[in-house]
Amino acid sequence: AAWCVLPSRVLLVLTSQKGIQMYESDGSIMVYWHALDVGEHPPAQAVFARGIAAAGGHFICVGTSSGSVLVFDIPPKGTNVTVSEVLEEHRDAITDIASELGQAPAGAGDVVTADDAGTLCVWSSGEEFTLLSKILAFGCSCSSVKLWQGIVAAGYGNGQIRLYEAASGVLRAEVNAHARWIYALDLAPQTGKV
Amino acid sequence: MSLRTLPLLFLNLGGEMLYILDQRLRAQSIPGEKARKVMNDIITTMFNKKFMEELFKPQELYSKKALRTVYDRLAHASIMRLNQASMDKLYDLMTMAFKYQVLLCPRPKDILLVTFNHLDAIKDFIQDAPGILNQVDETFRQLIDTYCGLSAGEFQLIRQTLLVFFQDMHIRVSIFLKDKVQNSNGRFVLPISGPVPWGTEVPGLIRMFNHSGNEVKRTEFTTDGNYVTPQREGSFELYGDRVLKLGTNMYSVSRPVETHMSGSSKNLASHAKENRVPNLLAKEELNFLARLLGGLEVKKPAGSETGFRLNLFTTDEEEEHAALTRPEELSYKVINIEATQEPGRQAELSRILGELEVTEPRPASGEKGEDLLALMDAL
Repeated sequence: AAWCVLPSRVLLVLTSQKGIQMYESDGSIMVYWHALDVGEHPPAQAVFARGIAAAGGHFICVGTSSGSVLVFDIPPKGTNVTVSEVLEEHRDAITDIASELGQAPAGAGDVVTADDAGTLCVWSSGEEFTLLSKILAFGCSCSSVKLWQGIVAAGYGNGQIRLYEAASGVLRAEVNAHARWIYALDLAPQTGKV
Repeated sequence: MSLRTLPLLFLNLGGEMLYILDQRLRAQSIPGEKARKVMNDIITTMFNKKFMEELFKPQELYSKKALRTVYDRLAHASIMRLNQASMDKLYDLMTMAFKYQVLLCPRPKDILLVTFNHLDAIKDFIQDAPGILNQVDETFRQLIDTYCGLSAGEFQLIRQTLLVFFQDMHIRVSIFLKDKVQNSNGRFVLPISGPVPWGTEVPGLIRMFNHSGNEVKRTEFTTDGNYVTPQREGSFELYGDRVLKLGTNMYSVSRPVETHMSGSSKNLASHAKENRVPNLLAKEELNFLARLLGGLEVKKPAGSETGFRLNLFTTDEEEEHAALTRPEELSYKVINIEATQEPGRQAELSRILGELEVTEPRPASGEKGEDLLALMDAL
């Protein structure tokens, strides 16, 4: 679940095994419901949506267990939400999606998506999303990701936190932070502390 | 939630059940022949081919009630009987032990090593019965086929599904309290020392790189924990050193295991809610697996095999007392359903089971050859 703060409105987005729901910020009405397509998944695989982020002023991105990222176009008012695009770059279930929390340097992209295999994709949002860089996995699931000032902070299943340059995908720092799987990362946008 | 969790849940809980039964059979000085028969019968029923086939189909986890009934049937698959109080205690111990193992698994994939530990121990129990050994090996191979290809993310999902199943269970187990792995409020202690999971580095190092990807700086930080690098990875083959100790037998004759019921669960409300689910719902959930295990007449062998009652407590009085003082919210209220009422189904199942003869060398006591039918119990 996540609050998606867009310039025009705030929506509460919920993900589950059946689909995606969007509510008005006071929880009063359900603005939109998107059912997940079970047919897309091989049998015996779990079906769910995971990873939510608001981007580009009027988009909300939600990840799915098949690896696709649904991009919803949100109108400033009302319930006319449409699926603007489906990003099919990932092959494994999406674990987390993050959008730029600070000021991105030029060319750094404003959305990053992460999957179970550990692959990260950096995108530039718009009517058509553009893939700016793809950071390949090193054998570990990436469970959580944040984006700030053009730096991607990623938490992995082996307890490591890695910092990458969003624009180029170059690894800038590696921290052996934890002895167990990292479940979540959070970032303070004003100070840049993780 | 993962659709591949049930086999792991069933096999690990079954393994724990066998450890506890083995300890109690020895503590109660049940004669060797009878004890071996009980263990063999239960293991044979557990690893029945049709049963395993059904188990491994991708499906949601059963409810706690339905699963409890499956184990009820399994425990009564032989000549041994358990009172309600003993069965309750057995189930409590089984579930808390496996919950402990799931929580403490270093990596999600290590749940598979825990399962292999249980299966290795089961193979030890039935060393003298090659027929059953085959069945266990078959299941071993099926586990390897099904799970060894899964990614870490999928294992994490399996682990989360299991933890949701065990949520709000905080029964205190004396062996855990003594070893200080469980607190007096029923929560488990997570260790901050010892080997890190395989594939994880010991925390403390920060490496910085420049634009071209070359390492330019290293700094270190201290942590409260005392972690070391692991020596080697556990084996995921049919035979091998699992390295991990979780899932091995922690009971011995001299360490009787008690559970403490009073004040063991802060969330009595959620327990109470679960037990108020109408019987109708439980009946519907009692599906193929439970019916497979319990629906048929037993053919009592002509030999002098007499049944006996196993007590999970140290005295009969204790057992009675436990039955009376068990908090309402924590009682399992097992529902016995006569699956034999459906003649069509019964005929089909009887036919399938009739075909499943296990040929084994006749034991010296001269029992009649045991049909698998004889191993299924009517309740």
